[in-house]
Amino acid sequence: MPEPLHTLHVVSGKGGTGKTTVAGALAMALATEGRRVLLCEVEGRQGLAELFGVPPLEGDEERRLVRTPEGGEVRGLSINARDALMEYLATFYRLGLAGRALDKFGVYDFATSIAPGLRDVLLTGKVYEAVRRRTRGRPHSYDAVVLDAPPTGRIAPFLNVHEAVAGLARVGPIHSQADSIMQVLRSGRTVVHLVTLLQDMPVTETLEAVEELGPTGIAVGAVVCNMVTPTPLTPEALAALPAEPRLDVPGLDDPEDAALAAEFADELAALREEHACYQRLVPAGRPLVELPHDPAGIDRASLLALARALREQLPEEVA
Amino acid sequence: MTLVTDPTRAGGHRAWGRPGTTPFLDVDALLADRDLHIVICCGSGGVGKTSASAALAVRAAEQGRRVVVLTIDPARRLAQSLGIEQLDNTPRPVAGIDTSAGGSLEAMMLDMKRTFDDVVLAHASPEKAEQILGNPFYQALSTSFSGTQEYMAMEKLGQLSAELGLDRGAGRRARWDLIVVDTPPSRSALDFLDAPEHLSSLLDGRLLRLLLNPSRGPLRFMSAGLAVVTSAMSRVLGAQVLTDVQTFVAAFETLFGGFRQRAEATLANLASPHTTFLVVATPERDALREATFFVERLADEGLPLAGVVVNRLHGSAVALSAERAWALAEDLPEDGLEALALRAHATRMHLVERNQEAVRRFCATVPGLALTTVPALPGDVTALDDLRTLGELLAAHDG
Repeated sequence: MPEPLHTLHVVSGKGGTGKTTVAGALAMALATEGRRVLLCEVEGRQGLAELFGVPPLEGDEERRLVRTPEGGEVRGLSINARDALMEYLATFYRLGLAGRALDKFGVYDFATSIAPGLRDVLLTGKVYEAVRRRTRGRPHSYDAVVLDAPPTGRIAPFLNVHEAVAGLARVGPIHSQADSIMQVLRSGRTVVHLVTLLQDMPVTETLEAVEELGPTGIAVGAVVCNMVTPTPLTPEALAALPAEPRLDVPGLDDPEDAALAAEFADELAALREEHACYQRLVPAGRPLVELPHDPAGIDRASLLALARALREQLPEEVA
Repeated sequence: MTLVTDPTRAGGHRAWGRPGTTPFLDVDALLADRDLHIVICCGSGGVGKTSASAALAVRAAEQGRRVVVLTIDPARRLAQSLGIEQLDNTPRPVAGIDTSAGGSLEAMMLDMKRTFDDVVLAHASPEKAEQILGNPFYQALSTSFSGTQEYMAMEKLGQLSAELGLDRGAGRRARWDLIVVDTPPSRSALDFLDAPEHLSSLLDGRLLRLLLNPSRGPLRFMSAGLAVVTSAMSRVLGAQVLTDVQTFVAAFETLFGGFRQRAEATLANLASPHTTFLVVATPERDALREATFFVERLADEGLPLAGVVVNRLHGSAVALSAERAWALAEDLPEDGLEALALRAHATRMHLVERNQEAVRRFCATVPGLALTTVPALPGDVTALDDLRTLGELLAAHDG
């Protein structure tokens, strides 16, 4: 069984673009025969549990979300900064009584809420731990880890943990932890995918995120255009159609023809807008993936369809 | 792309989806009520809250209200039309508003950090303020703590409403008589109500009280614990960090008690008859489920709710069912223009039905709650004229 090209897939996107859905579909696409994939969320919203229709993911449990038809499995983890801090302290320090005192005085809440950068280091640190974890009989506990990351507006600072902890610690244990995390993020094993809609604002934010990620040395993978309006028209056919088509449908009277033509003109205009947005993404030079809008909403069946589309359009990444 | 200016063309007769038993939310009547001074638009992310609040503000101003609209994170082109590209935290007059009815419109975009800095500057001595503003913990708190934006939106609303002069009587004409507020984007609509409390409880926490006053008050017996806590913190974080925390806490002392009080006072003000909430949603299952939670939560808090705006309802001006469109398309050459148009129409009609079904089910869960629907418009809402169109559609009687 070959290893996936990347072992850590970070999925970001502007709010409302469906990045949780895409992260879920990507995890399913990666979970081919015999593979085990971990899907993590970091904002404690239980978006994964909702997406897969399972009870909330509590504490540090890594529960199976789905077994794929190909014979792999996707497990889910909801990473919470407070638990990650307690786990971190328990691993590296023997605090004993002091640990309980810290909790009693609200130090954990305080530290994970407002200590500059600490929260992000803890969250990425837990992901880092999962990526490197080993189990007996396999080189890694997980063949791939997919992270449903914060939105594009926050993604570069979130991943750039080095910078983030600069205000907190220049030396010391947290700093060296940030160093190791950064090494994995900058290595060839990590890639950031950006989810967008083919609309003005999300496309602008996506292009900005590509620019912002550049200096961090973290690789940008695919740009995933989500909820694309399905159409039988190719871009060329679309360009060849008149802006205000005239229609003559046998069985419809003139006002009906005119109303239908007006509605069709609006549909064509919307498709052209989408295509123009797509064209703006091309110069970024990233592989572009198109996922069709499913008007019926998202369930297991549509997730599987999205996973298949990802596998077809990103054969190197996912196969 | 600019919008079509004729609302009937944008939506048509099939655009309306309010069930007959659900009362109509009359936006114009709401705006005409001179005792109403604050309208808060809330709802989950991506439902069009910002455009809806801007559209309401434009409509109110052109109907004679003196309006200020507080937006959180408008799309760039919308911000340009409102003349608030600069994030300077100050209301600015919006150009191009028809003021013939005696109204006016100012707009501002929330600058979270600056609002927080202003709170510090207003409530601490200059020397302490300087210490606080330079502290790394304060900088993190004022820029990236997840509740700060919500808290600061409340804070700014408090400041703006103080200028309404409600408590000064009718002697002086206030700069504004209506504040329209857009709430911060969040996945859960409830964050707006919870975050201020979260922030104030954090800042009133036991740790901070202990660090401030280890040897006094009811916490005195715990001071032995303090030594354990501080030594553990310096082991893990380093001594410099601990010094920063202590400086932050000491400098912030004067502000602490105030935070919870201010958050509570702002919430209490919102319960007045001068305020109302509008819940904005789109006709999809998830957005409407969030809307249901929000309606229940407002009731729990005793906060006034005018009704629900269902935005981006799909419609069609073509009186042709999906089934008939499919049937007509079958008899035509497959890639002809007519067949393409008919199949696109059939797909649209399925969407229209799904939207209407979602709204029907939502209305059944909140009986008696007023509702208005707004048809989906092609293109982004960017120009002032787009906001006028949106306002017209918001107010249009969809019966």
